[in-house]
Amino acid sequence: MLKAVILIGGPQKGTRFRPLSFEVPKPLFPVAGVPMLQHHIEACAKVPGMKEIILIGFYQPNDALSRYLSSAQQEFKILVRYLQEFAPLGTGGGLYHFRDQILSGGPSAFFLMNADVCSEFPLLEMLRFHRDHGDVHCAVVLATTANRKQSLNYGCIVESQKTHEVLHFVEKPATFVSDIINCGIYLFTPEIFTHIGMVFQRNQEEKRNCVYLGDQLWSRQRAEVIHLEQDVFTSLAGQQQLYVYKTQGFWSQIKSAGSAIYASRLYLNQYLQTHPERLVSSQEGGCTVNGNVFIHPTALIDPTAVVSVLLGPNVSIGKGVCIGAGVRVRESIILHGASLQDHCCVLNSIVGWDSTIGKWARVEGTPSDPNPNDPFAKINSETLFRDGGLTPSITILGCNVNIPSEVIIRNSIVLPHKDLSRSFKNQIIL
Amino acid sequence: MKALILVGGYGTRLRPLTLTVPKPLVEFCNKPILLHQVENLAKAGVDHVILAVSYMSEVLEREMRLQEQRLGIRISLSHEQEPLGTAGPLALARELLTDNDEPFFVLNSDVICDFPFEDMLKFHTHHGKEGSIVVTKVEEPSKYGVVVYEGETGRIHRFVEKPQVFVSNKINAGMYIFSPSMLNRIQLRPTSIEKEIFPIMAKEGHLYAMELQGFWMDIGQPKDFLTGMSMYLQSVRVQNPEKLCTGPGFLGNVLVDPTAVIGENCTIGPNVTLGAGVVLEDGVRIKRCTVLKGARIRSHSWLESCIVGWSSSVGQWVRMENVTVLGEDVIVNDELYLNGANVLPHKSISESVPEPRIIM
Repeated sequence: MLKAVILIGGPQKGTRFRPLSFEVPKPLFPVAGVPMLQHHIEACAKVPGMKEIILIGFYQPNDALSRYLSSAQQEFKILVRYLQEFAPLGTGGGLYHFRDQILSGGPSAFFLMNADVCSEFPLLEMLRFHRDHGDVHCAVVLATTANRKQSLNYGCIVESQKTHEVLHFVEKPATFVSDIINCGIYLFTPEIFTHIGMVFQRNQEEKRNCVYLGDQLWSRQRAEVIHLEQDVFTSLAGQQQLYVYKTQGFWSQIKSAGSAIYASRLYLNQYLQTHPERLVSSQEGGCTVNGNVFIHPTALIDPTAVVSVLLGPNVSIGKGVCIGAGVRVRESIILHGASLQDHCCVLNSIVGWDSTIGKWARVEGTPSDPNPNDPFAKINSETLFRDGGLTPSITILGCNVNIPSEVIIRNSIVLPHKDLSRSFKNQIIL
Repeated sequence: MKALILVGGYGTRLRPLTLTVPKPLVEFCNKPILLHQVENLAKAGVDHVILAVSYMSEVLEREMRLQEQRLGIRISLSHEQEPLGTAGPLALARELLTDNDEPFFVLNSDVICDFPFEDMLKFHTHHGKEGSIVVTKVEEPSKYGVVVYEGETGRIHRFVEKPQVFVSNKINAGMYIFSPSMLNRIQLRPTSIEKEIFPIMAKEGHLYAMELQGFWMDIGQPKDFLTGMSMYLQSVRVQNPEKLCTGPGFLGNVLVDPTAVIGENCTIGPNVTLGAGVVLEDGVRIKRCTVLKGARIRSHSWLESCIVGWSSSVGQWVRMENVTVLGEDVIVNDELYLNGANVLPHKSISESVPEPRIIM
């Protein structure tokens, strides 16, 4: 039998996702119409023999998270549990801490995934690869190809062409090592805990030694913090324990709000094969649709002027959203309860829950998509400021923001519960 | 009576519009700029208008011949082969201006106001001296040349160019009436009337100022063209309100040519002029704009403070603002944002212009 572990992080993580992460834990943020985590859970539930999904993180259990877990259990008929770390323990620490729970029932192997990745989740292929390579190793790492410059931002893998063993692993190197990068999705056998355990012991030793020397740095960081990539993989590489499975499927990190729009595009495109019922076509509902568009069934488009509304490509419309006549939405996510009034235009933006956009208003951002001419380009994680000004990026309206009629909000971030009274460009509005 | 209108040259400040059409023929509130002046001159008894041009245009010649017929007056063109300044053109047209003893008008071609030609004649005849200048009150006089004159009689003491401290808030409105003997003061060479002729006339007590009542604007550049349009439409509201459009969807003063077509759910105005054959599709919001003949604004677009050139096409869901000017036959693609864009004729715009610039 198999299990899956998903690392969902906590409130101190994911600050690049503000102000959206003020309202909802990032793993629950809707991407292509459903919570980010759901894409992971759906993929896991499809694997024969998958018995349990365990979420590990350090969010306090809140309403949103608990409600989501119980609905996921019901919908996918699979056990879903949340184990809360007592403190942030890094990508390996929580795993090690909860090893008994993960291994209970005797799974032959388990998947580990980061919640903030967007992927095709080729889990069956990883299983097949694992079995084809003799089952003696303890880990398969899913990898994809990046371009040389961007590979420095990820975990880099040097692969043996013949055996597909990981010969060398470096997390975010300063100089080029390999264009094969770590996707943050793994298949482990229970043996992995032996190796993590050794790292844990070593850390305890070092902490004990350093306390005597009064080393400030060590006393701040807990001994239980373990980074899978830096602490475990780097030493496992070259020992015939770590293997890499390269995928041609789509993959992207979801670190910033802009990458949520890009991830939506990837998943909406996947729906053509996996969930065509989630996409809207031009003939139905009445509004005009370009490309892939998700519209929640409870969203309401002005019935007297449906044809004048043009949506897409890459648009997700959430629960209970109201759309007036002559509205244009492109490359954007409109969150639950928002209201888009007549003739407004929303491009490259995320409109927060219960926000309102007035008539003829224009809300527009600058896309941060990877270069479409480079097949291996990944989305950039730009800094918020560049050259003394706000880096042009997608426009984000937090929850309950009101945009009056006829103004333009461009390349700006508006914090929640704000009523604007004029146009803004290239600003963060507190 | 006669009038000389200083039309000048290429009208570069009103580009890109003047790249296609000579400035006097650019429509201001659905009528060529020049015609606003010429029609009013004709009404005041002028039977011969002389256009002082430094750049000869066949189009202008043709149009003026048509207007001669229509208005029953004579229109001549006086063409300066080399630049003559602001006074030289008067000397060039000396023959035409002095064939009798009547005073003659001189106007700057960019001026729009409630033309007070009858009042000017009365005022000039009353004081009997050689020249009268119309002055107007402005808020920021230091941008212009101000006129210092005696309130009671109107006798001008002196001129001060762009004063640093407040001297007076009355400036030269670009409209004059002169007795023919005044021409003796001007030689046929490049001469500035403000710098060389007026100061002498003032010292000799031969120059008087008449204050203009009502609105005034120099519409030689797009920003002022739109401000002048708003003032003019307000004057139409007072004098001929039936010419303006009212009803649901119209706000404030809106002038619409009878052949223009307006879609549903548009909100138009205040201060909008739509020319002949202009089409506004559904859901357009437009304010403080001039849309010239044959242009089309497609659905759901939003325009404020723009001039849309002849036969241009603005796409769907476009936002244009901040004195964006489109020359003739410009195409703006759907969903773009133009902020202070100055677009030359026959250009296709496929990318937003988020900060003011010129698109060649």
